Order: sequence, then C-alpha cells, then structure tokens
Amino acid sequence: MIWNEEFETLPREALEALQLKRLKATIERVYYTVPFYRRKLDEVGITPDSIRSLEDLKKIPFTTKDDLRENYPFGLFTVPLKQIVRIHASSGTTGKPTVVGYTRRDIETWSELMARSLSAAGVTKEDIIQNAYGYGLFTGGLGVHYGAEKIGATVIPVSGGQSKRQITIMKDFGSTVLTCTPSYALHLAEVAQEEGLNPRDTKLRVGLFGAEPWSEEMRKQIEELWNIKAIDIYGLSEIIGPGVAVECEEAQSGLHIFEDHFIPEIIDPETGESLPYGEYGELVITTITKEALPLLRYRTRDITRLIKEPCICGRTHMRIDRIRGRTDDMLIIRGVNVFPSQIEEILVATEGVLPHYMIIIDREGSLDVVEVQVEVDESIFSDEVKKLQTLARKIENNIKDMIGISVKVKLVEPKTLQRFEGKAKRVIDKRKL
Amino acid sequence: MKVEQLSVFLENKAGRLAEVAKILGDNGINIRALSLADTTDFGILRLIVNDNEKAKEVLKDERFTVKITEVIAVEVDDRPGGLASILLPLSEEGINVEYMYAFVEKSKNKAVLVFKFDDLDKAIEVLRKNNVKILTNEEIKQL
Repeated sequence: MIWNEEFETLPREALEALQLKRLKATIERVYYTVPFYRRKLDEVGITPDSIRSLEDLKKIPFTTKDDLRENYPFGLFTVPLKQIVRIHASSGTTGKPTVVGYTRRDIETWSELMARSLSAAGVTKEDIIQNAYGYGLFTGGLGVHYGAEKIGATVIPVSGGQSKRQITIMKDFGSTVLTCTPSYALHLAEVAQEEGLNPRDTKLRVGLFGAEPWSEEMRKQIEELWNIKAIDIYGLSEIIGPGVAVECEEAQSGLHIFEDHFIPEIIDPETGESLPYGEYGELVITTITKEALPLLRYRTRDITRLIKEPCICGRTHMRIDRIRGRTDDMLIIRGVNVFPSQIEEILVATEGVLPHYMIIIDREGSLDVVEVQVEVDESIFSDEVKKLQTLARKIENNIKDMIGISVKVKLVEPKTLQRFEGKAKRVIDKRKL
Repeated sequence: MKVEQLSVFLENKAGRLAEVAKILGDNGINIRALSLADTTDFGILRLIVNDNEKAKEVLKDERFTVKITEVIAVEVDDRPGGLASILLPLSEEGINVEYMYAFVEKSKNKAVLVFKFDDLDKAIEVLRKNNVKILTNEEIKQL
C-alpha cells in the first residue's frame, strides 16, 4: 500500500525537478548558516547560485562521520537549539558519538517517511506493532513509533531486550507486526521455542527488520520460522533514522529510497569517484528537506548499488539493493575483500545451518588465518563423526569457491557464541590487537 | 530390533564430559554403555542409558545438542573370535560398520557389541540368519 500516492509515484521528470529545487534550497541553507559548509563550499568555489543541475552535486565535497565528530555536538546544526525539539546520538564505540538534531518539521518528515515505510510493508491502522527497536538515543525505537502512530496502528513500545517478556507480550497482546534487528528476530524465535511457543503459531504476519546488514537466506529463515513476511528497512541516524529506504511487500526486491527527500549516489570508497550505474560501491546521500541537520553528500559507509528499473508496486523512486556490508566491516583477508554477509550466505546455503557464527581472524607470521565458528544445533548434528566433518569441509570448500579464501570451519556447541540483542557482532579481528 | 542411543555433541573443552556425567548422575540416570568419538575440534559422546527421553530432556535443558538415534546391540560369547564371527557374514553382504563399541558382562560371561551400520535393516536380517542374539531396548536397559 502506498501512503503518499502523490509523492511516491511522481513521474521521474517532476521528481528530478523537485530534487533540484530542494537541493538548491538546502545548499543555500547550509551555506548561510553553517560555517563548516561555508568554508567547504568556498574552498571549491561553489555558491548556492552555481548549482544548475543535479549533475552539479558531484562538485560538492563529501561530508563524513568524522566531520560530525569534529563538530561535536551541535556544530553542524543550521538552527539555534531553541528550535530543536529532539536530539538523538549514535553510540560512540570509536571516539565521540555523533549527535543529530531535529526541528519540529524534521520530526514530521521523519514520521511521514516511517508511515510510508510501514505502509510499504503492508502495515495498516488495524495492526498491533511490537516495536522491539531500542528506545532512547538510538533512532530505531522512536522512529518506528512516530510512523506507527501516524498511520494509526497500535504501538507497543516494548523496546529491545527482555526476550522472554517480548514473547509473553506477543502472545498476550496478539502483536501482528514485529520491528527489530534481523538477528534479534532470529533470537526471539529461539526464545519462543524455549518457552514452548511455536513462533508460527503467533499472530505475527509482518516484520520490518533493519539497522544491520542481513542476507536473503536470513530472510527466508526468518519468514519460515515465524511464518511472516520479512521486509528490509534502511536508515541511519545521520540522515534521519529508519525510513530512508524500504522494500515494498509486492516485490521484496531492493529498497525504495525516498527520493523526494534524499538524493542517492554510489561511489568508489577508495577513490571517491562516482561509479557507473549498477555497480556496487559506497552509498552517498544528500538530504534535501532536512532543516536542523542537512547533510551534503554524506558518506554512509554502506555498500550497495542502485536499481532504476521500474518496480511492480508503482513507486517511481529508485531502489538500493540489499546492503552488502559496510566499508568498515569489509575485511581484507590475504588481500581479498570479504564481507561477513557473504560468509553468512554460504553458511545458510550449506545445509541450512542457522546463522549463528563468528569469524575470527588472526595472523600467523605474515599470513592471515581465518576461523569460522559454527554452532551445531539439532538440525545439523549427527551421531556420525564423518557427517559432521563432511559438513565442515563442505562449508570450507564453498567459502573457498565463492570468496576465494581458505578458512578453517570449527564446529562449536550451541549458545556458546555471544548473542547480541542489538546489532550483531560477527567478527573478531585479532590482527589489530 | 534396534535399540536407542543418545548422542551428545561436545566441544573439545576441559570438563565437558564431566559435566554430562554429572547432569545424568544428578538426575538418577544410569549409563549402560558409552563411547566417545573424538576429533581435534569436537567429540561425539554416544550413550546407552536406562531412560533416553529423560536424559535427552535434562541435557537439552543444559543447552547440549542431543539426538536419539537407532543402533543394534548384539550379545556374543566372551571368547576369542566372538567379534569376527559377527562381522564376517556382514562384510560378505557388503554392510559397513559406521562405528561400534563393546563391553563385557562378567556375570554372564558374554560381550555386548553396539553397532551403527550403514544399512541397519539389512544388518538385522543377516544377523538373524546367523542366529546372533539381538538385544531389545528392554533387555539392554536391564543389563
């Protein structure tokens, strides 16, 4: 279902005209209100008047997460704090957190985008949404919450964690929609089973999962375990939060990026050059309606590609492909670029191993050695050593064939690998220690 | 006439076997026979106990991966050549042993051999033809 028929199905020509108009207004806004952008644009000789086409965007320098950190906390805001109605921040695991601010209109924009996203997933006001994204400084919880209220659904603001309680609530309140990270959706299915509840017997029918990269195989698994439709949703706090792009339930193939609010580009993360259409690279987003914190050519560090083919759902906004990984998740193992998501796909494809795994990279002498630890559950366990060893060798061979690196697969007992209720950590890189 | 065997996945970590033994002991489960297959990374503990369902349940509660599979237990005289007399007719029929383990019943002067064959049904047929005594679940629990 399309929430905003007019804007989500704008003919391309009108959409691009709107983008240009909004882009100009955004550049004018930051040029005159944010010293950081004034300096940056002056350095390359760009004034608000010099933007005449969308192509001109490419002349503008990138904005990075470091720029946000260096202007911590409010240095990039275009308005004084009295016009800011909300602050969110990302966890500062590496350095200072990134702080984002919203004007009242920004909150309205965000709610609209989340209403669109929920509608694209087929959620209506009849639904009961169990919102298991974290509430707080993280944008996930409140982002979904406002969108859900906007469409008039019933929201259960349960937030993340307390998995047993999640299952009780789901059962007793009859939740029909689950919103959380995909790894948490899998974890919750396990907890349900432990509590004696078959996840397929709940009233859940749809899930919107995001905030971490996941694979098509993982989607199949979530859909099978819960008997639901699993929709991929994308967003990042710097841009606005969840609701930057979402899959439609009709195609479930690529995420429509709301182009009347954002302009996406794909660049080579090494050189910063724009990549030809269709190639995988780093997603760069320019916000064109944000008031408090507009960002020009923000480097998301997410790896994807653009899909311009028209979609069966009728939306005219182009799609980004499933996020393949992050530029900073990208592992360079013996010179080969590897994303944890690739290893995950292989694991699930090889005899349906549940994706509870950990990649451990170490260095022996000058050589990188990789161990993939895979949990053995009942579905793959055998009383015969031979069968388990064959499985481990098969995974090793598939990784070698598909990615081109030799790894050692180690079978481990279930639940020995750390579980994460927020974003999944799948890699331990001991080389840096 | 197959008997049930419990298999438990173990990582090669100190104390895991002791832990299984303790859980079973604490729950009053008696081990009739066992063997441990080990590789450099993991082991498979195979057990025949007096109460398979309960053993499976208590081990699963402690988050072990457990499976009940079927094996064949036969009883032979405890004398030289006893094992060979069982295996020869089977190999002539092209039946392979996946794994086996054995123990001796001193009181009866008999040996009990537990087998996993690649074709259990065919193995039973051959053993019967050769008049080998195949034990039932009840019999093995009473040993």
